[in-house]
Amino acid sequence: MSDAAAIHPPAVPGAGQSCSGAITEPRGWRIALTATAVALAGVLLLAPLAIVFAEALRGGAAAALAALTQPDALSAIRLTLLVAAIAVPLNAVTGIAAAWAIARFDFRGKALLISLIDLPFSVSPVVAGLALILLYGANGVFGAWLVAHDLRIVFALPGIVLATLFITFPFVARELIPVMTEQGSSEEEAALTLGASGWHMFRTVTLPNIRWALIYGVLLCNARAMGEFGAVAVISGKIRGQTATMPIMIEMLYNEYLSAAAFAMAALLAALALVTLALKSLLEWRHADDLAASRRH
Amino acid sequence: MNIDIEDISRSFGGVPALHPVSLSIPSGAMVALLGPSGSGKTTLLRILAGLERPDFGRVLLDGRDATAVPVRQRRVGFVFQSYALFRHMTVAENIAYGLRARPRAERPPRAEIARRVARYLDLIRLPDMGARYPSQLSGGQRQRVALARALASEPQMLLLDEPFGALDARVRRELRAGLREIHDATGLTTVFVTHDQDEALSLADRVVVMSMGRIEQIGAPDDIRHRPATPFVRDFVTSDPV
Repeated sequence: MSDAAAIHPPAVPGAGQSCSGAITEPRGWRIALTATAVALAGVLLLAPLAIVFAEALRGGAAAALAALTQPDALSAIRLTLLVAAIAVPLNAVTGIAAAWAIARFDFRGKALLISLIDLPFSVSPVVAGLALILLYGANGVFGAWLVAHDLRIVFALPGIVLATLFITFPFVARELIPVMTEQGSSEEEAALTLGASGWHMFRTVTLPNIRWALIYGVLLCNARAMGEFGAVAVISGKIRGQTATMPIMIEMLYNEYLSAAAFAMAALLAALALVTLALKSLLEWRHADDLAASRRH
Repeated sequence: MNIDIEDISRSFGGVPALHPVSLSIPSGAMVALLGPSGSGKTTLLRILAGLERPDFGRVLLDGRDATAVPVRQRRVGFVFQSYALFRHMTVAENIAYGLRARPRAERPPRAEIARRVARYLDLIRLPDMGARYPSQLSGGQRQRVALARALASEPQMLLLDEPFGALDARVRRELRAGLREIHDATGLTTVFVTHDQDEALSLADRVVVMSMGRIEQIGAPDDIRHRPATPFVRDFVTSDPV
């Protein structure tokens, strides 16, 4: 759950030197440790992924493709992409706003806001889904009002979007807060003294300075938005062809012993995630000089 | 531009940073705000720039109340302590920023902006550095770029926060002379903050000595040196000669 934190481990002074400096393990130990790490990563991370693709393609690519072009499967793919397309931009904007408020201003309740941003990481997604049903369901707090106005949230697209927004809220803000805090506000103040309007300052100074953190945050947010299961499973009602997203569809297919179709869908979902990862690596590689320059400053 | 500060006070979270202070700065003067850290000198400078609001009191610019004028309309050239150069822009883009940020109707044409950038690069004696990024410059060069950037937007006054604080002694002396030259050439009312009495006394026409959020003495460098008004000024000016 703490994947956002794991990407950028806190910088410990001297951590870089300790690997090559005073504390040096004997050669044999180093090889053994490295081999163990690689083996563990292979067994724990790589093998499951490889199995998914192998299973998906066991009946041949044509069979996998046929499973993915079933109307219900197509509906799930469309729904997943639609939910991500709505939730990710919304959370990018609110994430920037929250990070800005936290990094730039001192106000009462700031510590509370920081804890709130982390809430989705600490609450089980199933609980989040249930909470949304208690709020917006037919017997929920807003249920009567929603029914009276003929608004459907639970077991419909708005509910799925709300659940996804809740789950993926921290990613952008968590990436941005440390970067904006470290950079301080003097460049922004300089822009203002030079006559820039608030929007011009944001566009020409703030945004370029946070762009890498923002891209990482958005990519992580997107990966999670497409992959979220627990909260969406509760609030969507799992209506096949209507409210079943890709992860829900995979579970349903698997439970019906349609494992070929389940693995085909799983492989597609994994591939989408891998595209996200590849994009991130590509950006890092293409702009390595740029990144180094902005850190050196 | 005449600057009049009338009974300005400011506190942060209940702790007073400035007790009511008043100060008049005649047009074209070069004034140093001198004091140890925590004396309120930077707060006063930021209030002049519009980066900070006073709790009470007024700032008059050429006789007009400018207390509520937002920073972007005050037309101040501000040189930050850490220079605050835009790290993702080249030196030339940094200097052009203020001109490009203007509304379309007041913005000079592209060729004119380029001409002015070249002129300011010459002025700070970095004619070939326009394409560099701030991270590729030395501390002294960055300081000069920050000064050029502040001047290029055609300010009505120049404010500098510890302009030479982070530089070694030789570069500092060079840049001091450069700042004095630029001030004399442009005639801009200039206010700079420093904790270095030698810098204040050798560079400014008038020195404002501050301590604990209060003004201890205002006077010409000679007055401060030879006729200190309070024990604090005497101790601060005579101790630790640089």
